[in-house]
Amino acid sequence: MATLHTVNKSPFEKSSLDSCLAYVKDGSSVLMYEDAIYGAIKGTAYADKVAAKGNVNFFVLGADLKARGVSEDKVTDGIEIVDYAKFVALAAENDNVQAWV
Amino acid sequence: MSEQIKKFMYINRRAPYGTIYAWESLEVVLIGAAFDQDVSLAFMDDGVFQLVKGQDTVDVEMKNFSPTYKALGDYDVTNLYVEKESLEERGLTLEDLMPLTYEDEDDDWAEKDSIRLVSRAEMADIMDEQDVFFSF
Repeated sequence: MATLHTVNKSPFEKSSLDSCLAYVKDGSSVLMYEDAIYGAIKGTAYADKVAAKGNVNFFVLGADLKARGVSEDKVTDGIEIVDYAKFVALAAENDNVQAWV
Repeated sequence: MSEQIKKFMYINRRAPYGTIYAWESLEVVLIGAAFDQDVSLAFMDDGVFQLVKGQDTVDVEMKNFSPTYKALGDYDVTNLYVEKESLEERGLTLEDLMPLTYEDEDDDWAEKDSIRLVSRAEMADIMDEQDVFFSF
C-alpha cells in the first residue's frame, strides 16, 4: 500500500522525520512542509538519510522553503519541490496519509 | 536611574514561522530595549534559521518579521551572537544570513556588523557572564 507520510517539524529539534524514515516503506512518499523543510537542505545529516532511502519519493513544499529563505538550489538532490495543489494531489493519489506531527 | 545595569541575554533556539517563539522573542527584545540594560542575543540550534536572508512569506500568508531584525541596531541592540556549530549542522554559513549592522556612536557613527560568529565554547563563556536569561 502506498502511503503519503507528512512531516512538519524541524528534524534538528524533534525526532519526527527520523521516526518517519524508520517506518516508511519502499514505494511510499514523504512530504516535508512547515519547519520540516529544514530537513531538505543540502549538506546536512538529513541529506544523507534521504539519499539512503532510494526507493522512497521525497517532496518538499515550495511555499515553506520560500518563507524561510531556503532557495531551491539548496534543496538536496532527489527531493521534488511541490506546490499546495500537488500536496493535495499526493494525498488523493496515495492509499493513505500518515502525519508525523 | 541609579539601578545597576545588568547583562540581559535573549536565547533564541527556535526556527521562525512554525511556532511563535521567534517572533515573541523579537517583540520582547524591542520592548526591553526601552530599559537601559546591556542586551545581547544568542542564536543557536534552530534559532540560527531566524536570521536567514531572503525570507518571503507571501505564499504561506504569514507576516514576514525578518526585516525587523535590521531595526535592532537603532535600539542599541548590537550584540547578536550566532553559533558556528549550529550553522554548520544546518548546512548554513554566515553568507546565508541577513547582513545586520549598527552605527557606532563611539567611533564617528561607523557602520559595524551586529552579528558575531562564535564557537559553541565561546557561546558557553558568554552565557557564563550573564545576569539574566530570557529563553525562547
